[in-house]
Amino acid sequence: MKRRRMLQLGAALGGGLLARKDASARELGRPLGPYGQRSPFEKGVRWTRESKTPEAGSSFTPLAESHGILTPSSLHYERHHAGIPNIDPARHRLVIQGMVERPLLLTVDDIKRLPSISRILLMECGGNSGSEWAKTTGPTVQRSHGLASCSEWTGVSMRVLLEEVGVRPGASWMIAEGADAGRMQRSIPLAKAMDDMILAYGQNGEALRPEQGYPLRLLVPGWEGATHVKWLQRIVLADQPYQSRDETSKYTDLMPDGKARQFTFPMEAKSVITYPSGGQTVPGPGLYELTGLAWSGRGRVERVDVTTDGGKNWQEARLQEPRMRLAFVRFRLAWQWDGRETTIASRCTDETGYVQPSRESLISVRGTNSGFHYNGIKLWKVAANGSVTNVEV
Amino acid sequence: MWRSKHGILALTMALVAGVALAQSPKYRVGRTPTDEDTRALGVMVAPDGTGLPAGSGTAIEGKAVFTTRCASCHGAKGEGGDGPPLVGGKGTLATATPKRTVGSYWPYATTVWDYVNRAMPFNQPGTLSHDEVYAVAAYVLFLNDIVEEKQVLNARSLPLIKMPNRDGFVSDPRPDVPVRRPQ
Repeated sequence: MKRRRMLQLGAALGGGLLARKDASARELGRPLGPYGQRSPFEKGVRWTRESKTPEAGSSFTPLAESHGILTPSSLHYERHHAGIPNIDPARHRLVIQGMVERPLLLTVDDIKRLPSISRILLMECGGNSGSEWAKTTGPTVQRSHGLASCSEWTGVSMRVLLEEVGVRPGASWMIAEGADAGRMQRSIPLAKAMDDMILAYGQNGEALRPEQGYPLRLLVPGWEGATHVKWLQRIVLADQPYQSRDETSKYTDLMPDGKARQFTFPMEAKSVITYPSGGQTVPGPGLYELTGLAWSGRGRVERVDVTTDGGKNWQEARLQEPRMRLAFVRFRLAWQWDGRETTIASRCTDETGYVQPSRESLISVRGTNSGFHYNGIKLWKVAANGSVTNVEV
Repeated sequence: MWRSKHGILALTMALVAGVALAQSPKYRVGRTPTDEDTRALGVMVAPDGTGLPAGSGTAIEGKAVFTTRCASCHGAKGEGGDGPPLVGGKGTLATATPKRTVGSYWPYATTVWDYVNRAMPFNQPGTLSHDEVYAVAAYVLFLNDIVEEKQVLNARSLPLIKMPNRDGFVSDPRPDVPVRRPQ
C-alpha cells in the first residue's frame, strides 16, 4: 500500500514537472500599510441603541467575538454624555487645585516626563447588564454584558501627582472634570486616588482613542466606569463630594424602600459565558470549548464554576494565567453537548471569598429598580436545535 | 506664658511644614495656574454653595428662558419629551414604577445650577449666562413646588434650599446579597 502510493507520487513528479501547474494563478496580496486593519471577514462591531441624541449614550463591546482577555481599543465600550471632543494634545491642559499646597497646571508633555506605569485593567460601566434587573434581558452577551472591556493602560500614578501638588490636611475627595461639551464631573474619595488610580495617556500600546478620553483620562481600578473621567481637564481636592448630577441623579441605586445607595463604587464579582451565548447556534452534538470572561472590582478572580445542566452540577473551569487583579480573566471548559435542551451558566468567586449571586438573590435584596451594579449569574438556554437564547428567571 | 504658647505653635507649624516638606515637589513639572486659567475652565459648584458665582434669577424670569432654550426637549412645563422629565414623581420612589426627577429624587439644589451651567442646553452647553442659569434653576424648582415664583435665587439662597429627597440617600452597604458557596 505504502509502496504503491510512493510510485504514484514519483510518476506525478516525473511526468508533470513541465506540463502541469496549479489550477489558478495567484495574485500578489496587498502591499505594506501604515496603520493596520482587521480582516474584512471579521464583522464584530460595537452595538448601540438608535437615538435622537447619539452624542449621549453607550456602545457595547462584542464580547462573543473576543479572544483572551484584552479588548481591542477600537472595540472598547463607550459611554459619552455630550459627544467625543476633538482635542489637540498640544493645547490641552490639566489643572490640579483646591486643597493643595501648590496648584499646578500641566501639559501632556509635562505629564509624560513623570515616571510611568502600565497595568492591564478591566473597566465596567456602572449600568452594565442594567437590562437584567427588569424582566426583559439582552438577547446577546454583547447587549447584556458588553459595557465591560479590558485594556492595558499607561500613565502616571495619581499618587505621584498628588505628592507633587501636596495634599492639604482635611482634603478627602478628589473632584474630576472632563473637557467634553458637558464637562462630565465625578467626586472620588482621595484614598482611592492615593491607592491605585492612574492618570492615563496610553491604551494597548498607543495613545488613548478619542472616544476613550484622548489625551488624558482617569483609571480607577475596579470601580464603575463613570468615575474614569475622560478628557480630564481639572482635578479639585475638597473636603466633601460635589454631588454632581452623575453621582446623585444617575449612578445611584434605588432600593425597594425608596432610599437610594450613593457612591457604590466597586463593581462586584461577575462572569458570563461568551460561547455558547445568546444569538449563537451550536451546530450539533459533540465536543466544544465553552468559554467566557470573569472579573471582580474587589480583587482577583479565584475561581469560576460552570454548570451545563441547569445548575444541578457545577464544574471548576480552567482559568487563563496570569490572573491579574482587577482585570478580565478568561475561563474555559471542555463541553460535550449531547444535543438535548439545557441551561448553562457561570459563577465567579473572587479573592475576598465573594461569590457571584443568582439573579433571584440580587433582586430579593435590591428589587428591580436599582438600575446599576448588576452582577447576577447569567443563564443561557441551549435548545435542541442548537439555538442559544437568554433565559428569564 | 503667652510667648511660650506661641513657641509651641511655632514648633507645631515647623513640624507641619516638615510634613509638607516631605511632600515637596520632586519633578517640578508644570507651572502655577493663573486666575485666568481657572476662569477659563468654568464654574464648579459644591453642595454648600462653594463656587457659585454672582448673579440671580427668579422663576418668572426662568420661564422665558426655559420656553426658548429647554422646552423643546423637556416640555413646556418640564414634563419631558426627547429629554427626561424634570417634574413629578413625588411619592413614587418606593413603588414598582419610580419616577426620578429633580423634584422627586435630586438631593441638592446646587446640583441643578451646576448641571444646567455645565451641560445644558444639551446641544449648546455653555451658552446661558449665570443669571439665566439661576433663573432656569428657579423655574425648574418652582415647577416642582420647591420655591415660590418670585423667590430670588443667588449664591446665598440656593444652597439653603432643602430638596424633598435630601435625606433619601444612604452609603454603600455591600456586600449585601447572601449567596451559597460553591460545593
